[in-house]
Amino acid sequence: MDNNLKRGIILENYSNPFNKGLIDNPNYKRINMNNESCIDNIDIMMNVDNNTIIDIRFDGEACAISTSATSIIIKILLNKSIDEALYIIEQYENMIDEKDYDETVLGEAVVYNEIYKQPNRKKCALLPVRGIKKMLEEL
Amino acid sequence: MNKDDFPMLNNEVYYFDNSATTLKPKAVIKAIVDYYENYSGNAHRGDYDISLRVDNAYESVREKVRSLINANKTSEIIFTSGATASLNMIVSGFFKHQLKEGDEVLITNAEHASLALPWFVLEKEKGIVVKYIELDKNLELTMDNVMSAVTNKTKVIALAHVTNVMGDVRPIKEITKYVHDRGIHVVVDGSQSVPHMKIDVKDLDIDFLAFSAHKMLGPTGVGVLYGKHELLDKLVPTVVGGGMNTVITSLNEYETKELPWRLEAGTPNIAGVIGFGAAIDYINEIGIENIERHGRELKRYAIEKLSTLNNIDIYNPSTEAPIIAFNVKNVFSQDTAIYLNKHKICVRAGNHCAKLLKESLGINNTCRISFYLYNSKDEIDYLVKVLDNENILEESL
Ligand SMILES: Cc1ncc(COP(=O)(O)O)c(C=O)c1O
Repeated sequence: MDNNLKRGIILENYSNPFNKGLIDNPNYKRINMNNESCIDNIDIMMNVDNNTIIDIRFDGEACAISTSATSIIIKILLNKSIDEALYIIEQYENMIDEKDYDETVLGEAVVYNEIYKQPNRKKCALLPVRGIKKMLEEL
Repeated sequence: MNKDDFPMLNNEVYYFDNSATTLKPKAVIKAIVDYYENYSGNAHRGDYDISLRVDNAYESVREKVRSLINANKTSEIIFTSGATASLNMIVSGFFKHQLKEGDEVLITNAEHASLALPWFVLEKEKGIVVKYIELDKNLELTMDNVMSAVTNKTKVIALAHVTNVMGDVRPIKEITKYVHDRGIHVVVDGSQSVPHMKIDVKDLDIDFLAFSAHKMLGPTGVGVLYGKHELLDKLVPTVVGGGMNTVITSLNEYETKELPWRLEAGTPNIAGVIGFGAAIDYINEIGIENIERHGRELKRYAIEKLSTLNNIDIYNPSTEAPIIAFNVKNVFSQDTAIYLNKHKICVRAGNHCAKLLKESLGINNTCRISFYLYNSKDEIDYLVKVLDNENILEESL
């Protein structure tokens, strides 16, 4: 994917993030993600039913990478089983960490496939999956 | 001023994060290396020449600090690991034993976590009450608001002399004058003031002062706790062990040494303290008044230049300290900082450890530029040129 296209996808998801805004529903699990840099502050909520992720929403204030990554990851994980979601997250983490990964499951998230060139952005890209993984593991 | 003295500046870097920490001149690095290479020994211990030399070097820095802040006696100067450690000692070594349930401590929403958190712990442990002095619309502290916050239960006012986000200078002298008659102690966090302006603890009548060496050209891991002698005398050591005791009896009791050693248990950061001494010498050579003037001039110049850009919001154009809090319109502060990093410019993004600030200010995050003596107008021109760009968000990616 060329860099302009990648930028375009990131900016689109930053300006118009998917499923931004929390709702009041006791069926959702919630987590607050404070990035180690103590800047990004994102709340994520997730509804899992019958082993399937039926909804994920988020809100908060964060940088362009954290926000867009959350938006993109949510789109990819919707309607996936827990095992599928964990597999996708693992591939995503591998990509960010410059390890081998299965690109076929990552969809738009491949826009971050060169983020390792900016080490100070890696933790922003990982922020949403850290939160979602934690919630999935606690189910 | 004297850029050549700072090896870090040989790297292509525009360093504007001096409120976080400052660069070190060669003289400081050399003093530390000299200790390790030529008279590396422990302090207060041996009977050999090297150890005596260590003692003399270490204790001479105490005198330099005393003179820097115009304390009465060297015994009022305690070396710690930093401002954070000093503030913790003040709260848990002194006030924990003086305050009782219901006593009130006044702070503000703009205080650094290192000043606020120790009081929160005491609130839980002892039932003291932490209250907030209201800030005005510019987030500054006014004497009127101090006066209206004081009640007959107020026992302590704890404040940064200069805040690390807005850079406003608090009226410490007026505050101590007003509250000392009422039996209230004043704790001052000098982290952002001692490096930049002349501090006279006697003139300001400060009860306790804390600051860090690394924010004033010195090494990391060294700080100062100043206290009036009669107060420090009552400070219960929060760390005990070697170097602070005299006799140990068969009943498992011990007697402590005199101040200041009573409060410096264990082998201190000798190399760091010696490096700090070289930093104070360096500052004195330039003159703290000149450093202050240079900082104000850079701030005035930067505000003037940045104001010509229409994509920048500045939050503290008129405060005195050389700190500027700003955002690029419609760009998250961290994205701005990462964009600037691509141009070798170091600024800090975030809430600057004053998390409470967001409760008062509409904004949660800012970029912060802070100057020190080696910064120059050329560097500011470069910064302004880099910020004069409509595609900062895109180019941060
Ligand atoms: C106002 C203020 N107080 C306290 C501190 C803590 O200093 P240190 O981390 O050196 O202990 C800082 C440094 O960030 C500060 O700016």
